[in-house]
Amino acid sequence: MSNIGLILSIAVIVGGLLWLTIRSLSGREVERRIIFLFIGIAVSIPLLFDITFSEKATPIVKGIYDKIENLPSGSRILISFDYGPSMAPEVEPMSNAFVRHSLAKDHKVVIMGLWATGQSLGASAVENVIKSEFPDKVDGVDYINIGYKAGNQGVLNVIITDFRKMYATDVNGVDLDSVEIFKGIRSLKDMDLMISVGGGFPGIKEWVLFAADPGNIPLAGGSAAVSTPLLYPYYPKQLIGLLGGIKGAAEYESEMKKNYPRFADMPTPGIKMMGPQTLAHMVVMAFIIIGNLSFFFAKRKKSDG
Amino acid sequence: MANSRRISMIILAVVIILFAVSWILKTMTLQAAGTDGLLSIRDAFFITFAAFLTLAIFSFLYKDNPYYKFAEHLFVGVSAAYWMSVGFWSTFVGNFIPKVSTSLSDFFEVPPKEFEIHYFVPLILGIMLLMRLSTKVGWLSRWSLAFIVGTTAGLNLIRYLRTDFITQVSNTFVPLLVDWKGIGPFFSDFSLNASGQVVMTLANWMIFVGVFSGLIYFFFSKEHKGFFGYASRVGIWVLMITFGASFGYTVMGRVSLLVGRLTFLFKDWLGLVN
Repeated sequence: MSNIGLILSIAVIVGGLLWLTIRSLSGREVERRIIFLFIGIAVSIPLLFDITFSEKATPIVKGIYDKIENLPSGSRILISFDYGPSMAPEVEPMSNAFVRHSLAKDHKVVIMGLWATGQSLGASAVENVIKSEFPDKVDGVDYINIGYKAGNQGVLNVIITDFRKMYATDVNGVDLDSVEIFKGIRSLKDMDLMISVGGGFPGIKEWVLFAADPGNIPLAGGSAAVSTPLLYPYYPKQLIGLLGGIKGAAEYESEMKKNYPRFADMPTPGIKMMGPQTLAHMVVMAFIIIGNLSFFFAKRKKSDG
Repeated sequence: MANSRRISMIILAVVIILFAVSWILKTMTLQAAGTDGLLSIRDAFFITFAAFLTLAIFSFLYKDNPYYKFAEHLFVGVSAAYWMSVGFWSTFVGNFIPKVSTSLSDFFEVPPKEFEIHYFVPLILGIMLLMRLSTKVGWLSRWSLAFIVGTTAGLNLIRYLRTDFITQVSNTFVPLLVDWKGIGPFFSDFSLNASGQVVMTLANWMIFVGVFSGLIYFFFSKEHKGFFGYASRVGIWVLMITFGASFGYTVMGRVSLLVGRLTFLFKDWLGLVN
């Protein structure tokens, strides 16, 4: 089925692009809606026929995987959900993979958010990943969602010295002093690893500026593709690793599937999204080539005529 | 005019009919999958409504229209209300109430904490910020704004100076020969592994050349001629490649969002994929 889909999609796209090339070389304008239609087809067909490609973790992704893998069981990992629903299709696979991997290694997971929307998306990770895949893990003992607080980087500036000055309770109103997981945690400096997943403000950059660097705490990131190029300069000294866009998520998922038999059937939205991504990128590249060809062709025609 | 109004009414009628049909079919699908009666009706409505909103936003690709406007305004309104209500419950009820009043803590069912009078300072500043709504005492909000701007600037200045300037400069001081043990071991251990000696050495050279030529491109006190001119041209290439990489990442990000919405339509709404 997947092969039929691949052949069908390539046939439709190549046929369409040929028609487009002939049309543009003959000097006729191509309406922008036709370009939208092509992108729509390039994305839809791989989704419908479940076309996927194999992924291999690059060192920048492997850095995070190895860090979680090599921490001793019971280590404290803080995952900050710094994104909203508009960014979720791209970064949610990352946060889910981090939660899944951390709990599989029996680490203690603290969920929080610098975005108000991060609170409910963190709760969604608790429902969809923790409660369904790790039913033996106990809220307040193995994981906790402390939610969102207003203040952007100001929040980090406070919790780097004392969590309780900013967070009195978790999202369910339970006193932080009474929960098992928070015993021995005073500030961010008591975390063994911090992971920020997001792509806007406040996000990974603020975590580097206001927590990782001043506190000398290991920080990893999962970033929306748009902001990824701006975060590369922090790797490897200020960020131990970075998942850049859906490609990073797919690489992380493939690494987990490779090393954990229990995750062989886990949902892999990152890997599934790479099929449409690949075809859409090929179409965009073809458009750039066709656009340039027709530009030079028209220029030459003008100078000849 | 009357004709376009009639067309708009026909489109509206079609949308309503399609919505109703989709709702009924989705309810039947959910009930067949074992969801309870009322729950299935509710869930089917939300899925259909979400699909309608997605298609309404996509309709902008054709041209601007009232359905797009409706979805856009709904998104803005819901987002603003969401941030405000979460802010109220997480910060006002979660942080302020437990520190100032035991009776209010009981009312809001949050554990009371030791009384701290300085928590009234942000409350007063917050009220002053809302004074902006009044024409007579609107100037009071400037004090709060001045506080916000001053603290943010102060916080950022120190952190950006250290992390984004000093540490970033030190990060560019990289060895141009990674793990160099002589020519013999270099060829005997030759490997193109991503974290191997050859690739890391090349990567460090790229950082060095990129930073050096990029800085020269932005150095305007000397005319870009001779060696300086060549280095400056390399700097332009480095910048162009960086912009290209950023554009590629942006395309990837936008395609991911499109995949996310299409997955919702194909999977949750139409049930075409698992």
